[in-house]
Formats: sequence, structure tokens, C-alpha cells
Amino acid sequence: MMAIPLFGALAMLVPADRFLRTGFAVRAFGTGVSAATLLVAVSAMTAFDFGDTSRTQLQADWAWAPAIGLRFHLGADGISLPLVVLTALLTFLCFLYTLRHPPAGGRIRLLTALLLVLEIGLIGTFTALDLVLFFVFFETVLIPMYVVIMLWGGDGRRAAAAKFILYTLLGSGLLLAGMLLVAVNAGTLDMVQLAARHGSGVSRGVQITAFALMAIGFAVKAPMWPLHTWLPDAHTEAPTVGSVLLAGVLLKMGTYGLVRVALPLAPDGAQVWAPWLGLLAVIGIIYGALACLAQRDLKRMIAYSSVGHMGFVLLGIATLTPVGINAALFGNIAHGLITGLLFFLAGAVKDRWGTTDMDAIGGGMLGTSPRLASVLTFASVASLGLPGLAGFWGEMLAMVGAYRPHADLPRAAFVTFMAVAGIGALLTAGYFLRMLAKITHGTRPAAAAAPGAVVSAQEYAAWVPLIALTLLVGLWPKTLLDVTAAPVRALFGGG
Amino acid sequence: MIQGIDYAAIAPPLIVAAAALALLLADAFDAPRRVLGLACGGSLGAALVAVIALAPGDRRATFCVPASLRGGGPRSCSYVTDDFTLLFQGIVLAAALVVVLLSLQEITDAEIPAGEYHFLLLCAVIGALTLVAARDLVLLLVALETLSLPVFALVGLRRYDGRASEAALKLFLVSVVSTAIMLFGISLVYGTTGAMHLDRIAPALDRVPSDLDPVAAVGAVLVLAGFAFKVAAVPFHFWAPDVYNGAPLPVAAFLSVVSKAAGFAGLAIVLALGLPAYGHVWGPVIGVLAALTMTLGNLVALRQRTAIRLLAWSSVAQSGYMLAPLSVGSHRLPEAVAATTAYVALYAVMNLGAFTVVIGFARRGLRGARPHRDTLDGFRGLAHRSPATATALAFFLICLAGLPPGVMGLFAKVVVFRSTVAGGVTWLAVIMAINTVIGLYYYLAWAVRLFTPPVRPFTDPLPGWPVRAALAATAAGAVVLSIAPQIVLQTVSAAT
Repeated sequence: MMAIPLFGALAMLVPADRFLRTGFAVRAFGTGVSAATLLVAVSAMTAFDFGDTSRTQLQADWAWAPAIGLRFHLGADGISLPLVVLTALLTFLCFLYTLRHPPAGGRIRLLTALLLVLEIGLIGTFTALDLVLFFVFFETVLIPMYVVIMLWGGDGRRAAAAKFILYTLLGSGLLLAGMLLVAVNAGTLDMVQLAARHGSGVSRGVQITAFALMAIGFAVKAPMWPLHTWLPDAHTEAPTVGSVLLAGVLLKMGTYGLVRVALPLAPDGAQVWAPWLGLLAVIGIIYGALACLAQRDLKRMIAYSSVGHMGFVLLGIATLTPVGINAALFGNIAHGLITGLLFFLAGAVKDRWGTTDMDAIGGGMLGTSPRLASVLTFASVASLGLPGLAGFWGEMLAMVGAYRPHADLPRAAFVTFMAVAGIGALLTAGYFLRMLAKITHGTRPAAAAAPGAVVSAQEYAAWVPLIALTLLVGLWPKTLLDVTAAPVRALFGGG
Repeated sequence: MIQGIDYAAIAPPLIVAAAALALLLADAFDAPRRVLGLACGGSLGAALVAVIALAPGDRRATFCVPASLRGGGPRSCSYVTDDFTLLFQGIVLAAALVVVLLSLQEITDAEIPAGEYHFLLLCAVIGALTLVAARDLVLLLVALETLSLPVFALVGLRRYDGRASEAALKLFLVSVVSTAIMLFGISLVYGTTGAMHLDRIAPALDRVPSDLDPVAAVGAVLVLAGFAFKVAAVPFHFWAPDVYNGAPLPVAAFLSVVSKAAGFAGLAIVLALGLPAYGHVWGPVIGVLAALTMTLGNLVALRQRTAIRLLAWSSVAQSGYMLAPLSVGSHRLPEAVAATTAYVALYAVMNLGAFTVVIGFARRGLRGARPHRDTLDGFRGLAHRSPATATALAFFLICLAGLPPGVMGLFAKVVVFRSTVAGGVTWLAVIMAINTVIGLYYYLAWAVRLFTPPVRPFTDPLPGWPVRAALAATAAGAVVLSIAPQIVLQTVSAAT
């Protein structure tokens, strides 16, 4: 699965005059490569035995550096499979979108190669079953994303890119220390074995330290308040495809890591820190919502809304119950679909109006470009958690989980968190409706430039799958919950 | 009394020593520069072949205490050729070979006397080769001085340049002070144990009488001083930036790689073989030194505007990472030594690579005038002029920062983190994590400059074939090790 993007990325090294001379050919090539990857991912999904989702399937396992006990161990289970498919899908859609709308800044060959490397890193992170391997893939993502922001970003890209990479590297340094702390105490790097032990053999003190280190590492990525400040800048400045992948998949690495690495490796540590995690999560929800209310820039607003949504995901994880974790994983996928869609739309808005400033866009989008506006309305409504759409279930289940947290956690605190999160959900509705009121409704300002072309086929192609999936998991949440439920139960030692 | 000498064991330093003398003589008979350079490189190559030939063989030891004087103790050999020794000798020789390649052009440009230069360089290499094989304190000290003394002269070889003389003097003073401290430490250790051979010191230190315990502890810590100087650890670090700046650039590369590798080998030998009993004393000391070294090195490197000073401070910081595993004390020490060794080996490749590019482009040989090309901004637009070189430099920098695609650097960091954490020094690992970020900032800032439009067009000639060959070799090494880092990791763990 990863070999295909790797070959694709290597092919981009072939000099321009020998292979794929035009920019369009390169983009088509990228689309083809990512489509092939998506096909492999989907076929992996069909090969996957859904009757036994808690077992790690489709494994590949080779010794890599036996001296330090490192193995090249990949595999997928119910927790990682949806994310792998999401990654492959979003990358493919990004290429499809680029086919017609290449970002300003040229050098399309480099962009294609970087996006493919990014895809390798993401899929690798979600499938790695060896701690060091996980870390290698986790880091692989950084440089390509940095370059994407740096070369194709907006005006403040230099600062944004530097902030992005420094923040996340700090996180991953601490993450490495935490992971190795558990690994050397437990004597293995294999995540399957470590998870099966449920932390036995590692002393409580070590677990507390290790969980704190790992949680900070993942929290930077997720991002959790107050470590989120890199995110709005990076999202705002990144080109459309960069934002989509950043919001759609990169953030999931943080929450996925918490569920896959931090919880099973240091369960005792998790119990100690869970209330704090929950507290920071709800602060993130409220803070993200309030910050959104104050934004004038569309992309920045969506970025802050990510902080809020990831707050729900983190709250779900903090409850340490199967319901909460399921909610978190569900929220992950839902957020990936919806926010991916929102950033595509923001990119489309920027293409047409040349700005993402909401005041400058003015109102009346429904009148001038009805299709774009209705898709935007749909995405916003999904994002604010309308029942029947994907965003709803993640938030609701997270709150349900918080109402009945793990037996060892302070229930009063979590019920408070739940109440506050509810207010946050209300605020979320508030700012999305404000946004819609501002730009889709109302009258079009006379002075505004005529909006650009109608929605192109490629844009439809990029949007429709996301819309369809949002509806699908919203109306039949069972499709997704069934896949994740069993491995989550296994995570807590149950059958 | 007559002692047999195992000439095979000492072949590598012997070859280099013979070559050094021959070169000095040849220079007296006016041999052309180019011939001298090739002969110098050839001798290093021959020594490298000898090392490789010795590698499959058993452990060899020579200059042992004769059986009649042993008194029931261990064999106590001064010079031992085991896998660890050969590994470091290999690193030293390969790195020195690259340095010779880099020197060829610089010697012509900077009007350095070629014969002396090569002679001194080979002498320093002899010191390094002996240092990594030495197993008693006297030989260690002698080897350390053999490594240091020629370097003072090498640094000052550009006699017309005031900065070179200043750098040489500074290096000399710091070196003398640290050697004196080390000698004092050795005398204390000798006083408490009555032994000079490491395999005798170790058991003796285990049963030091309690009233001598503080003496032995102080002695153990002071012995570290000499090596702390070699590896440019705080507080013996401040020679590094001025010396790197003042010395001919290949000599700076030599100092930052060969001399540092030898220093770490010596440190590992002394700590692991001689002083494990006092791990609870020197462990924390090294931990604090490592933390200070990496933090100071990184923070000051942030503010540098010239390439060579940045490399100098960053190599101080890198020393901190290499020291970190040794802070575990006697707890899981072999693992820690393996981690340090792996880091040194990987660092040698990436740092030499970075130096190669800097030398290739800072070499604007007019007398005395160190050009502004040296500043970081001078590297702007390198990607437009020669994309391959720029890509290589960017790759080396990312390796040094320890991020994929520089998988090599990442693994170097991982093994260091791992053994530090395994030894229970988690606080140091956290400091190291923060330092990695600081390091990334300046490496990345430099790498980004390569791809931004140039301030003014490049008009300089391309570097000659030796520099390009060195660049190709280091780049190939970096790529291979990034794809298969296990080559180094396996060798190292087998050897230690």
C-alpha cells in the first residue's frame, strides 16, 4: 500500500524533460498514483475480516534492525483501518482537485512528490505496529508539510511554516522520550505485545511520567488547548490541499496516537491524567468556539473550529470508557470528512473571490453562486453537529461518555465537563450560523467583484464523495461504530 | 627483558607513521604538492585496508605486562585491537581520508606548506589511532597529546593570518589546562589503586578503602577533563568556534570529526573499562555536562550568521547528544557505549558532508580574505546554481537535525534517547527533546536559504574534483545509511 506512493514520489525525481513534460501530465500522474493507492486501501478493506476487527490483520513483519529490537511491522485493525481509508481518499481527492486547480507557485512536480511522501507518512503512522517505526512515520510527515506550507502558502507562510514544524517537533521529541520510557521498561517495541499487556510490568511512576510525555507529544499534534497556537496560522497560510490534509488527516495522528499508543502503554498514567486531559479538552471546545466567533477570515475560522472539534475527540478519550473512545474515533473520521470538505470549499471561495475575509466576500452567495453556497451550508450544518449528519454522533457520544466516565475517575468533574461541552456545542452552532448569515445570505454588495466560474467537474468530484460519506456515517453510524467497537473493547481488556 | 610485539595489531598506526616520515623526507626533496597529497591519502587508504583485514580476526593485544610481573593479575595489555578499536580506527581513517581530499585545494589556495601539513595531519591521525586502542592511562594520555600537538600547528599554519595564530594559541592554552587537570586526576587514581592499566584499575576501585573514597571520586571526575576538551564539552568548549573560524577549513573538519571521534572513544574506554565502579559519581557529572553542552551549543548556534561558526556551535551541541547516553553511570553501560558509538559514526558522515559543501563554496582562495560567501546568506540561491550540491547540503542539515528523510540522523537520535531513557535519566531525555527543536530551527533556517533567490549571482568556479569526490562519498554514505541505518547499528552493537 505504501509502495505505490513511494514509487510515485521516486518517479518525480526523473528529470522533467524525460518524463511527464507538462504540469498537467504530472498532476494526472499524481492522481493516478493516489487512485491506485486508494484502490489498494479499499481492497484491503474488502480483504479485512469485519467479524474479528480487534485482531490485527493484514500484517507485514520483517526484522529491520535487530540490534535495537526494531522490526518493520505493519498491520491494521478496526481502529486504524478507517483512518487509512480516509487518508487514501483525501489524498486522492486532493490530487483530483489539483488537476484543475493547481496552487499558485508552480513547481507542480515537487508538490506531487511531497504529497505522495506525506501520504506514505500518514498511512505508515496509522499502520505501524512498532514504536520506533511509528515514530519514524510520524516524523516523515513534518518536512513535506513544512515545504508545502513554505512554498505554496499565503503571505505569512514563512512564520506559519516555522511555527508548525517547531511546535510539532517539540511534541515529537517528548513523545519519543515517553514511548521509549515504556518500551525499555517493558522490554519490547512491539505495539501489539505492549497493548496485550495492559501496562503490566511497568511501574506506576514510570507510567505516569511516560503518559505525560506522550500526551504532550500527541496533544501538540491534535492540537489541544493551550498547545494549539500553531494550527490557525498553518491552516490559514497553507494552500487548499495542504489545509485539507492537515485538518483531515494530520490532526488525527495525535488522537490516533493517544488511543493506539498512549492509552494501552500506560493505562495507570492515563487514569491519573485523564481529568486534566478532559479539562483541557473542554477549555479547547469553549476557546475554539469563542475564537471562531471573533474571526473574520473563513479559513481561520474553520481552523479554530478544528480546535473545538478535536476538543470533543479528546474529551471522549479522556473518559477512558469504550463509549468515549468510540466517540473519539468516530469524531476523528467525521471531522476528517467534514473539515476536509470545508477547506475544499474555502479554497474554492478563495479561487473565486480572491480572499477569504468574510467581510470582503460580503453576502448573497446563495444568489450569485448557489451551488457552492449550498454545499457550504451543508458542510457547516454537518460541522455544527446536526443530527443525521456525521458530526452529530461524535459529539453526542463523547458527551454520553463524559456522563458516565470510567469508574475510577471523578464523575462530578466529568459531568461538569459534559455540561460545558454542551455550551460549546451551542456556541459552535452560533458561529457557523453567523458565518452562513454573513456570506451566503443577505444581499450581494454592489461593489463586489463578479464571482468566478461555476463549480467545475473536478470540484464536484472532490466534494461529492465527502458529502456522501458524511451522510452515510451520519445516517448509519453503525457502519463505523461496528468496526471500531471491538478493538476498543479489547483495549480495555474485555473480549 | 625482551617483549614480543604483535606487529599485525599495530599495523594501522605503523603504516601511517611510516608514511608521515616518508612524506616529510619527500618534501625536503621538493616533491610536488599533488604527489604529497596523493601519498598522504594513499597511506590512509592502506591503513584502512589493514583495519578491514584485521576485522574478521580475533582480539589482538600487545605491549602486555610480562607474565613474571603480573602477580596473578589480569594480562594488562596497553594496546588492544578488538572490534571496538577497529570500528573507531575505521571511522577515524575514513574521515581523515575525506579531510585529505578536502585539503588538496585549500593547501594551494591558502599557501599552506604542503609537506608540513600532510605530515602533521598524519601525526594527529596516529594519535587518534593509538588513542582508540590504548588500554592504560599513560598510553591514553600520550596518544591524546599526540593527537593534540600537531593540531596546534595545523591550526596556525596560515601564518599570515592573525586569526589563525590566535586560534592556535587559544587551542593550545585550553588543551594544556585540560591535560594538566587530567594528569592530576590520573595521579589521584594511581594513588588510590596503584595501577595504570584499566583492567587493574577497575577491580581495585571496587575495594577502595573508605577514607580514600573521595580521592578516587575526584580523580575519576578529573580524568574526564582531558576528554571533555577533545569533544568540546562545556566548560572546555570555548576554543571550538574561534578555532574552527581561524583554522584552515579542512582542519576544522578534522577537529570536529576525527578528533572528536577519538575523544569519545577514549572517554568510553576509560569509563567503561576503568571506572565503572564510580558510575554513581561520574554519571550525574556527565549528565549535567551533556545538558549544559547541548543547551549552550544550540542557543549560541541560533545567533550565528556565518556557516562555519554555526557548524562549530552545532558540533558543540552534537557533543552534548553524544555525551548523554554515558550519563547512565554503570547501569546498562554497554548499551550506552553502543549508543554513543553509533551516534559518533553517523555524525561523522553527516558533519563531514556539511563541511565538504561549506569548504567547496567558501574556498575563495585569495590570501587572507575570508570571503562573505561564508555567511549564511551567501548560501542563498545555491539551489539555482548547483541543485545537486544544495540538495546534498540540505540533506546533511536535515540529517543533523534528525528528521526524515534524514533517517540516519533520526536513528542516531533514537538510539541515544533510548539508552538515556533506559539508564533512567529521563530528565536528560526531556532536555534533549527541547534541544532537538532549537537545533532544528537553525539547521532548517540554513537549509531554506539554499532554495531562496540569491542576493547576487554566483560567479565563482566550481570546486575541483577532490572536493566533488568527497561530496559524492559523503552524500552516498548518508543516503545509504538513511535507507539502511541498521548497518551501523548492527556493527556497533556487535562491537561493544
